[in-house]
Amino acid sequence: MAGTFKGGIHPNEGKGCSQDKPTTILLPKGDLVYPMVQHIGAPAKPIVAKGDKVLVGQKIAEAGGFVSACVISSVSGTVKAVEPRLTVMGNMVESIVVENDNEYTTVEGMGTKRDYTKLSKEEIRNCVKEAGIVGMGGAGFPTHIKLTPKNDDAIEYVIVNGSECEPYLTSDYRMMIEEPDKLVGGLKIILSLFPNATGIIAIEDNKPEAIKVMKNAVSNEKNIEVKVLKTKYPEGAERHLIYATTGKKINSSMLPADAGCVVNNVDTVISIYLAVAESTPLIRRVVTVSGDAVKDSKNFMVRTGTSYSELAEAAGGFVETPDKLISGGPMMGLAIYSLDLPVTKVSSALLAFKKDEVEAMPQTNCIHCGRCAKVCPSRLVPQKLMQCAIRFDNEGFEKLHGMECYECGSCTYVCPAGVHLTQAFKQTRRSILEERKKAK
Amino acid sequence: MKDMYNVSASPHVRSGVTTAQIMRDVAIALMPASIFGVYQFGFQAFLILLVSITTCVVAEFLYEKFMKVPEHPYECSALVTGLLIGMNMPASAPVWMPMIGGLFAIIVVKMLYGGLGQNFMNPALAARCFLSICFTGRMTAFAVDSFATAKASSESLYLFNYGAAGLDGITGATPLTALKAGEATPKLIDMFFGFTGGVIGETSAMMLLIGAIYLVYRKVISLRIPLTYIGTFAVFMSIYTACTGGFDGNFVMTHVLGGGLMLGAFFMATDYVTCPITPVGQIVFGVILGCLTAIFRLWGNTAEGVSYAIIFCNLLVPLIEKATIPRAFGLGGRKNAK
Repeated sequence: MAGTFKGGIHPNEGKGCSQDKPTTILLPKGDLVYPMVQHIGAPAKPIVAKGDKVLVGQKIAEAGGFVSACVISSVSGTVKAVEPRLTVMGNMVESIVVENDNEYTTVEGMGTKRDYTKLSKEEIRNCVKEAGIVGMGGAGFPTHIKLTPKNDDAIEYVIVNGSECEPYLTSDYRMMIEEPDKLVGGLKIILSLFPNATGIIAIEDNKPEAIKVMKNAVSNEKNIEVKVLKTKYPEGAERHLIYATTGKKINSSMLPADAGCVVNNVDTVISIYLAVAESTPLIRRVVTVSGDAVKDSKNFMVRTGTSYSELAEAAGGFVETPDKLISGGPMMGLAIYSLDLPVTKVSSALLAFKKDEVEAMPQTNCIHCGRCAKVCPSRLVPQKLMQCAIRFDNEGFEKLHGMECYECGSCTYVCPAGVHLTQAFKQTRRSILEERKKAK
Repeated sequence: MKDMYNVSASPHVRSGVTTAQIMRDVAIALMPASIFGVYQFGFQAFLILLVSITTCVVAEFLYEKFMKVPEHPYECSALVTGLLIGMNMPASAPVWMPMIGGLFAIIVVKMLYGGLGQNFMNPALAARCFLSICFTGRMTAFAVDSFATAKASSESLYLFNYGAAGLDGITGATPLTALKAGEATPKLIDMFFGFTGGVIGETSAMMLLIGAIYLVYRKVISLRIPLTYIGTFAVFMSIYTACTGGFDGNFVMTHVLGGGLMLGAFFMATDYVTCPITPVGQIVFGVILGCLTAIFRLWGNTAEGVSYAIIFCNLLVPLIEKATIPRAFGLGGRKNAK
């Protein structure tokens, strides 16, 4: 039986637009922009200055703390500026701007094949760290930290998150179909770190093709299995993915490692493979360009730092002026007001919609219908949390386990009154986290 | 091309279900029973439904206009309230009564507390209780003179029930008043189909069930409250009969099918605004409702108990909810990771 959890929603999948389009490689035309914040944690620190020459695969910024990641140049050229630039978050972030010389000269040794079985655990972890790999599903948690739990022996499962439950996104799906060997290779590298772990590749049952390809790819691996999950949003949320695949429950104060799990996204695992076995740091990612306002929905393999406007152009532009652009999926992605933004390590998609469904649904009075509580995957009562949130009652919010919310957006999606629940929870959660920081 | 695109916090998609759509579904679900009521009690019933709906809709509109409530999409909730008030009245009621009921429900119970979603009592039931207290005689005048004087035998009831079809506003003793008075009650099958006396919308259990099935199919209501409510009520009544001279199935079923239980359980106890939001709370709510209704019907002054039970339980909702907040995913429990 397909693994699942209680609650959740079934939004319009919209994957049909791009799921059968093979990934096309897109080379950047304009300047490349590398924001210093492409991950959770401390911002990276630039180690190049204006006028410096850089090569493909060269580290241009180093990790700014323990929870941080370095940034790698994806092209060769000259550093044009180190200045604040607009990011998808809507804020200005210190960024390195590189002018592309279109020669793609790589640093020495990049692309050399390596036999990971001959590397020590330390070396593998260092490879991942130096490659600047972060969780490419959207959160951007530095991967080398995920791969360094307190006790390697306590890890029972290494889960590859191929559920891709966000509507419209097909980048992980394409990768599973196109690069199954690299994915399995990456998983084997991770498994080599944890002697007691088995590998699980979790895929939702709306991707039969990917399930077939992956099952085939692991047919000779004793230690890896493909687990089919029920198609439901948010099946790919870490906590629910762990529950659906292993039956273990974790809460907000725990890490997957506390339940003996390590969870990584498909593209992240492939990046680990590239970094360890092919000496190639994280300089590219797959981005889905889709939505009803896009002329020709596609999946692109792009270099990080490429501008979103080039992606839109490569997809044939827009059928009509879109009302809304989203970086990432429609459930948890960020609305962007401009296309002049760089692709980062965590940009999974660029979606363009003719109609803004949020604008079309004005907020009316809550009628207490309970749909939010029915769909909340964390089994919260969003309606009650909302009452605390609008009164700035942080204490009450915490009492109702509000911090267990991970902002999946299911409650807002189903609300017949168009109440912006998730938005209020985001604000309240931030303010509680700030309070906690101050108290420390 | 635009200079700037719309931004908003995620999620950026919506399910498309709106409050107005839900309210319309409820109104549609009430149609079979209302149409049957009109068929049974004639034009007078239609007039009462019409007046009560119009009063509610107009009262809400005028109140919002007068109080300068900001413009918002129309939710159709006053329509449902009006329909329910009308359905809760005997067809023999004078036309000014649904007007007073509608005004009370909309202005006092709903709008003064902040409008849709803010009332702590079901407006339609509050209006029914208000009218029952103010005009007890007229609200319970199910029997016209000729029948009130006549012996209410099952034969005459049968005649009356079938004779009432298509005729003008004649009503008769409800099964519950007959039961309370120790008189003969109509056959259960007649009660199921609705050939019996009562307020406009409560007579036909079948028509109400058809509406309820529609609501469940449209995922507007869950069966948690109605089933625990009716179940508890039936168990309570069974125990009561068992304790007072042997189990009497006919008595229990007459109580289940008679009066406002079906209408109340499926359409009024499930009112979103005034029922608990937590799953466990809904079960507690249903159980308390079942017990209270049975107590009110068995030992209360009137034959009916549903409206008072629901109104009373509406007041318990905040307490029930507070006590039944579910445990969040991953917190405590057996399956928790070590």
